[in-house]
Amino acid sequence: MTTTPQIAVTNAGDDVSRTTLLSIRNVAKRFGRNLVLRDISLEVKEGEFLTILGESGSGKTTLLRIIAGFETASAGEVWMGDARLDRQPPYRRRVNTVFQSYALFPHLTVEQNVAYGLRVAKRPEAEIAARVSEALKKVKMSAHAKSKPSKISGGQQQRIALARALVNRPQLLLLDEPLSALDANLRRQMQVELKSLQREVGISFIFVTHDQEEAMVMSDRIALLRSGELEQVATPREIYGHPATAYVAQFIGHTNLLKGEVRAGVVRCGPLMWTAALPDGAALFSLRPENIRLASEKTTAPDTVRVRGKVRQQAFHGATELIRVECGDGLVMVVRTPGSGGALDEVELEFSPADAVLVRESPERI
Amino acid sequence: MFSRAYKAAVTLPPLLWVTVFLLMPYLLMFCYSFWSVSASQAIVHSWNLDNYRQLLRVNIYWQTLLRSMWIAARVTTFSLLLGYPLAYFLSFYAGKKKDLLYQLVIIPLWVSYLVRAYAWKTILGSDGVLNTLLQYMHLTKHPLEFLLYSPFAVVLTLTHIYTPFAFLPIYAALEHIPRNLVEASHDLGATPGQTFWRVIFPLSIPGVVAGATFAFVLSLGDFLAPLLLGGPSGIMISNIVVSLFGAAYNWPLGAAISFCMLLLVVSLLVFSERLEKKWSFS
Repeated sequence: MTTTPQIAVTNAGDDVSRTTLLSIRNVAKRFGRNLVLRDISLEVKEGEFLTILGESGSGKTTLLRIIAGFETASAGEVWMGDARLDRQPPYRRRVNTVFQSYALFPHLTVEQNVAYGLRVAKRPEAEIAARVSEALKKVKMSAHAKSKPSKISGGQQQRIALARALVNRPQLLLLDEPLSALDANLRRQMQVELKSLQREVGISFIFVTHDQEEAMVMSDRIALLRSGELEQVATPREIYGHPATAYVAQFIGHTNLLKGEVRAGVVRCGPLMWTAALPDGAALFSLRPENIRLASEKTTAPDTVRVRGKVRQQAFHGATELIRVECGDGLVMVVRTPGSGGALDEVELEFSPADAVLVRESPERI
Repeated sequence: MFSRAYKAAVTLPPLLWVTVFLLMPYLLMFCYSFWSVSASQAIVHSWNLDNYRQLLRVNIYWQTLLRSMWIAARVTTFSLLLGYPLAYFLSFYAGKKKDLLYQLVIIPLWVSYLVRAYAWKTILGSDGVLNTLLQYMHLTKHPLEFLLYSPFAVVLTLTHIYTPFAFLPIYAALEHIPRNLVEASHDLGATPGQTFWRVIFPLSIPGVVAGATFAFVLSLGDFLAPLLLGGPSGIMISNIVVSLFGAAYNWPLGAAISFCMLLLVVSLLVFSERLEKKWSFS
């Protein structure tokens, strides 16, 4: 297996040229009196790796099940190309799913599982054999063709579930938290494999997960779902660098949320103060811990905000350290530094006002 | 983990029970099957195979045994044909009414067997409910005689009585099928029909085998339904055993027949257990 560095690769500029494959229009879903999804609109482009990210109960699996056809939307439409998808039964949709628990047929061998979709489509046996063996090769499971699913490991079952879906050459592959049952190492390995497999086959993937790190590593775009509503849809870089709301900023990575007051182009936030071209009133900013530095005498850039504080907590994370600094006026800042080299007490922090990103408040939802 | 005294205290009572009330009677029965009855109606404890020879020589014995198996086979078939669709509907389509319908299937089991058998007598008799209705509607001129006191009546009654026994294991097997397998099948392009034959039915086979075994074994040994509704042509092997132990006073021959049936049932159970194991994937 090749080891690819775990960096999200954004395909800047690509998005314009790609055509839209799936279009979700104003979809809502209620279970009894419980509104699980409200007014979701989302487009998936051809060959795109889109991740639906959200906490448990955010409605992400429900949205996936609506696309697959296991649930019907209470309102709205789902289109694939110029055909209405949500009126077709699941077995007519050119969409395949990799289930969270894999859902391999226990009475069939690995090979028969992979062949299932082609068999029910009544493809000629010779073609089935060729495509199945190709698919098994692709996921490196040829050696286990005759095994029953119960005789192979979780990671291997995962690969079979993937091969069983991909062998049908769907236009769209849905993956429902497929890696959540794997241990951390295997999981990271599968993230890279899955991403390169997606590149190779060129099929659009909709990947559902609650793991923001996984979403960052794999996706072209992330759709962040919160309590049944889309909070932000953007590339991993954009969503990390420019979170739209306080919720997004906190959910993706660590952040410092600064509640400030703008007056005449000056932002005040406890002991902090900087200028910004913003209208007067309350404002909320997200400042990533890694954008705050420990100030030293030499690095006095002209346009930086500086503040002194007492170190309350210091956590060693290997490559970096997370430091909690109390800056007075109730302001606590979390700072990520490359190794500080020892215990700290009094520090001076600095950051560039450009890194303080204005975000919307995320109101409570039921 | 547990002391020896504790283990002994726990295992001894059931062991004793099985020995006294199951193994010893069977052993006794086995011994009886080699003895004979003297002219003065006394049991002679001389060991021989006469009873088994008689079983093969006298047509009525093995013919009745074969006919009993044929009746049991029909009861099994009809019980499965009724029980499977019922179980399938309940498990997959009944939704919120599932529990209620399940109770409705179970409730007849609370009613005495005799009452249910007698009920069929009043339905099928010459002036029974069915014949009266048919004549009233001018569908027949005379009461249909084949309805009661016939193998038909026995098969019908036994099917009614043993369908819940076929239903229960099938229902349990269907309930154990993970629903995401059904979704996966649809997802891979299989129509509901294809999904049934390729996924649901194969995974329910252990339940079908268990249900079939229940229906077959229970109806093979039945003697009340043929006694009440069978008439001369609907007699079953257990009726012969009953009369051999009763009026005919030939316990040794009755024991020999019983032992043959026991052998048949046990080998059937072994066979069905193998079949169930072969088709279970957990």
